Amino acid sequence: MVQASKPAVIIDPTDEREPIKRNLAKRPEHISGTLGLLDISKPRGDKFIDRLEQLINEQMPAVTVKRYMKPTVSKPAPHDLRQQIMNECNFVIEAVAD
Amino acid sequence: MTETLPNFSLSPVGAEREQNAYSFPSGKQTLICFVKEDCPTTRTSIPLLQQAQDIFGENIDVIALAQNGEDDLVLVQEYGLTIPFLDDSTLNTSYAYEIDTVPSVFLATHDGNVTQQFIGFGRDDWKELFQSLANQHDVTLPEIDWASFPDLLPGCGSKSMEPGIFERLKAEAEGSPLRGRRVEIGVNDDIHEFLYEQGLTDGLPVIPPTPERVIRMLEGTTRNAQEIVAIVPPNLAPVTIEKIAVNSVMAGCRPEYLPVVITAVEAVCTDQFGMHGVGATTMGATPVIVVNGPIRHEIGMNMGLQALGPGNRANAAIGRALKLVLRNVGGQRPGETERTTMGSPLKFTMCFAEWEEISPWEPLHVERGFDKNDSVLTVFAMTGLGQVIDQTSRTARSVVGSVGLKAEGLHHPKYHNYPDALFALCPEHVATIARDSWSKDQVRDRIQEVTSRPVRELLSSDDVTVGIDPKTLEGAPEEELNRLVPKFERKANIHIVVAGSQAGKFSAIFEGFSNRVGLDSTVTSRKIEK
Repeated sequence: MVQASKPAVIIDPTDEREPIKRNLAKRPEHISGTLGLLDISKPRGDKFIDRLEQLINEQMPAVTVKRYMKPTVSKPAPHDLRQQIMNECNFVIEAVAD
Repeated sequence: MTETLPNFSLSPVGAEREQNAYSFPSGKQTLICFVKEDCPTTRTSIPLLQQAQDIFGENIDVIALAQNGEDDLVLVQEYGLTIPFLDDSTLNTSYAYEIDTVPSVFLATHDGNVTQQFIGFGRDDWKELFQSLANQHDVTLPEIDWASFPDLLPGCGSKSMEPGIFERLKAEAEGSPLRGRRVEIGVNDDIHEFLYEQGLTDGLPVIPPTPERVIRMLEGTTRNAQEIVAIVPPNLAPVTIEKIAVNSVMAGCRPEYLPVVITAVEAVCTDQFGMHGVGATTMGATPVIVVNGPIRHEIGMNMGLQALGPGNRANAAIGRALKLVLRNVGGQRPGETERTTMGSPLKFTMCFAEWEEISPWEPLHVERGFDKNDSVLTVFAMTGLGQVIDQTSRTARSVVGSVGLKAEGLHHPKYHNYPDALFALCPEHVATIARDSWSKDQVRDRIQEVTSRPVRELLSSDDVTVGIDPKTLEGAPEEELNRLVPKFERKANIHIVVAGSQAGKFSAIFEGFSNRVGLDSTVTSRKIEK
């Protein structure tokens, strides 16, 4: 009944108090379009993102890079920022280390 | 009485999504025919549908709804059709129209009210349809060779009614009884591995609870899927019929087992049964379900050979479904609130039926106040399972004596004033007891008699520190030390059912838990309602 090409769907057997852990989205084979770089405001995160932008510009000239920044590291990105990234980008890379 | 047909918007077969979609009602009178190419009756009907288009096409819309989608285009080629074939390969419109037969023909007014409808092929149905359209639109009917058509042909089963498909459509339809969160499993994920990784199984594989399977499971009860049945410890989570159905699918239940599982959930989630403590105790208690009454036969439960398992689907799956509800809904997971020192295979599943027909006594549920024709389940919090071997006794006194002596060791031989134990006596032992016409009460008396020990033997010592602290009896009179104490606190703690194969003199005793009233667990019975 479950076809290999379609994702299987099940009904959650739990009381739904915890989110079901999400699977990673399928990784694309090629990067094209717009790539967002999100600085989460962690100290020195910008250094990492600067270097990443430089490498992308060198190695993937066809890709447009856009930069974003979270207001504070301690809270999730505001809804508007997430919406903006979703609307403007095909991919996003987030720097989490300092 | 006019019936309004469901609205739909469908694209022509083979068109890009949403492109040139046809919306019903269209503002014009419409002739709708559900078709599929692999149905001979469709082939008989389709030339007439085309004729309707040829004759009345200026006045009305004539459309075919293709259940096979692109595959149905062979009809267009074969019969040189010009009527639009709309793609209903999702079958959502067929489902909404409750189509069980193809072809199904509907004539609808401009605003979607049905004025004529028929299924299969009927020459007179089509004649009447053409005549009424001719009258309405003042059209002279051309010569139609009606004699070349058969009188009647039965239709074919609609694709929307095929097993698996019908349940999917019901699950997807507006007004689906399912409200549970849907979890999509990645195409590259193994569904069984996913269920393990999410911690949703008891260590054995489960059947994935797809919406189709849950819908089918819900057919087993007349109760509303969203009815809250109980509050499940330890998380005190409300559980709906739907969630019980989901876990019943996973456990391997058939729909007809569902009422038993629901009742079991209700029975253990009571204050008197005390499921929180039963599940959490390091001692290792777990619900043991005994089923009585007609439902045993209706759902094919095992009460005979190897009644305590494994092998019978109903016994195995019902007990397991209860445990999965406790685990998945209630959050009773090993290492979290379930913290048994040793664990027990009983914790996977433990459910069986009493063999009432072979028993000389009233069955368990009748003893507990129910009618013999009621279907009832009784839950016991039990910690272990042992066996009494006695192949030589030929009298009731002797065989029950053996059973009692075995029971003396429950938990610990020095532990008297024991709470509930469940005795599953085998037919051969029961036959020996029945030959002497002993009642269940005589059995209980004999067990109490044979297990009675003087207080002095139950005192703890340096060698065996379990027992009554001698200090509490310092200065007690001799007769107090000689007073006989039976194993069980009360005779009523001795619960007796009959089960097992007719060959073999091996009875079973389920070891109890603790039944301080209001504190621990009280044996609980509940009528099974469908």
